[in-house]
Amino acid sequence: MKLEVLDREYMYPGHVACPGCGAAIAMRFLLKTLGEKVIMVLPACCWSVIAGPYPQSTLKIPVIHSAFETGGAVATGVRAALDIQGDTETTVVTWAGDGGTFDIGFQALSGAVERNENFIYVCYDNEAYMNTGVQRSSSTPYGAWTTTTPGREWKKMRKKNIVEALVAHRIPYAATANIAFPEDLVTKVKKARDTKGSRFLHIFATCPTGWRIPSEMSVRIARMAVQTNIFPLYEVEDGVRYTINYKPKEFPVKEYFHLQGRFQHLTDEDLDHIQDMVNEDWQLLLRKAGERTP
Amino acid sequence: MKRVLEGSQAVAEAVRLSRVAVISAYPITPQTHIVETLSDFCAQGKMNARFLRVESEHSALASLIGSATTGVRAFTATSGQGLALMHEVLHWTSGARLPIVMAEVNRALAPGWNIWIDQTDSLAQRDTGWIQFYCESGQEVLDTVIQSYRLGEEVNLPVMVVLDAFFLSHTYEPVDVPEQEEVDRFLPPFVPKFKADPAAPCAFGPLVPPAAYMEMRHSMAQAMEEALRRYPAMEEAFEGLFGRRYGTVEAVHCEGSDIVLVTTGTVTSTCRQVIEELRGKGEKAGLLKLRMFRPFPTGEIRRHLGGAKKVAVIDRNFSFGASGIFAQEIRAALCNEPGHPPVFGFVAGIGGRDVTADTLKEIYEQVKAKESPEKESVWIGLQEVRNET
Repeated sequence: MKLEVLDREYMYPGHVACPGCGAAIAMRFLLKTLGEKVIMVLPACCWSVIAGPYPQSTLKIPVIHSAFETGGAVATGVRAALDIQGDTETTVVTWAGDGGTFDIGFQALSGAVERNENFIYVCYDNEAYMNTGVQRSSSTPYGAWTTTTPGREWKKMRKKNIVEALVAHRIPYAATANIAFPEDLVTKVKKARDTKGSRFLHIFATCPTGWRIPSEMSVRIARMAVQTNIFPLYEVEDGVRYTINYKPKEFPVKEYFHLQGRFQHLTDEDLDHIQDMVNEDWQLLLRKAGERTP
Repeated sequence: MKRVLEGSQAVAEAVRLSRVAVISAYPITPQTHIVETLSDFCAQGKMNARFLRVESEHSALASLIGSATTGVRAFTATSGQGLALMHEVLHWTSGARLPIVMAEVNRALAPGWNIWIDQTDSLAQRDTGWIQFYCESGQEVLDTVIQSYRLGEEVNLPVMVVLDAFFLSHTYEPVDVPEQEEVDRFLPPFVPKFKADPAAPCAFGPLVPPAAYMEMRHSMAQAMEEALRRYPAMEEAFEGLFGRRYGTVEAVHCEGSDIVLVTTGTVTSTCRQVIEELRGKGEKAGLLKLRMFRPFPTGEIRRHLGGAKKVAVIDRNFSFGASGIFAQEIRAALCNEPGHPPVFGFVAGIGGRDVTADTLKEIYEQVKAKESPEKESVWIGLQEVRNET
């Protein structure tokens, strides 16, 4: 498949993301695909810093920085103001981290999509509060070390399944995407752009700093998350029509965990348990997509 | 045209006449009649506005941050717990310099659950950078909402129009509702200097390092001072068109009076009657109605209270560990004036209890009988509470 991404750039060089930041890669692909008729709402997240301090901005589109839990609400208001001024062309996008989506911003997001507000909500997921120094979120996966789940207190709960929570609202379009699969990501951004109503994109975005991996491993680790079925690529239309976009050849999860500093404390037994959970989730997804399960 | 309107309906009429484009609200008693009336206006096409039925007060104000940043006039209304939940976004609104107007129906804070009047909710937001007006009548509420858009948009600050729960929000009075053309002459369309626009991209509210943050805050402080400076011209224009004027404060027989009572909200109406009665008996009694609370009209307060022998402030609110909040502010305004009068603080009508003419007369008698205040706050009308051990 040939990757059709325009040469246009909507990020100036000189953003302040860490080397290998998955969130910076994700933003670049998003903006290249959406074009310039965009207003972005940016609740508190790594990107509040990456976008650059006043008076600079690394983004060539209007950006409304907003309070942590307001991504769904501020976008609602922007859309209403555009509509009443007769502007139906501009796409409104909320760009939030996992903390602002899974945790503190979940209420406003749920409210907005229940009203089927006409905007795209993108969550770039680096699986913890990275901007504040790697604290646990409800997106942090089972088994992970963070600065608030240190030592023996490593996270013992599953990662919240945010896409399923959004799908339960019966929104027109919800999809997962990954920085290591740009053609799939670009296709989904286009699809989201051309759909009306509430659209949700969940983008897996590695964080070398928080995951304790070398920056050059960023894309490789992201790819492995899909290959191991830890983060399957799929989309759901109108809350019911599931499509699985990539079916991997069942790689075991072990190597993915061995490569990351945040999982170094896990035993073989822990990893077997995680493998069981991943298999279980995958079977569940296959059933939802109407596919055969063993 | 004169119509008999509830205070809440007067708010809604003013929002309609101000050509608000986006309304966002979450229901809470006693604010509900405002948003119900506005919902009807939108449904019937009496307003060209979007009504956002959001899932919380926090989201109500947050959504208006989005709307106002995108260049349109915006309105919300809330009360008590709802305002407390909005607290973070109140700071954001003023910091983003968005001239959003809110009707705030004073309601007591829980626990215990109490839907009746108490001013502590709005006064607890005094440091959030919002202009605040406390209103006495349905007419004043209508006029103040319209004035607030003009003043707020001139200085890029949000405005809170505060009205008493039930005593004002649910009371019917004759209200002169102006014609749309008249309001249009007073209130020009909202044209912000900057707005979110893909044709001219800007970043709104980004990270601001210490080297610039302090200047931004100072600019807000200057805007508050500017609001106070521009207030008389705004009111003059309003009076020219509508024949009504309120002032930042209203002085009733303050000059030459020995004792001046300071009131806010609907207690003022009761106090007007009490003052006339006292003066009829030869008492040198005056009244100062405080209408504008932020920016605080220190100069006017000094001018009207400086000559009194004693000042008594009636607070329907309380700052625990200190005193009634209006009394604190009045004391602070007077303390640097040589020979200023003693300030007596009275706490009355908390949580919806009536403040009657007798309550005010009792306060007057207490002040008359004492040379100086014995404590910062005297709670009026307390029942005896027995603590069994």
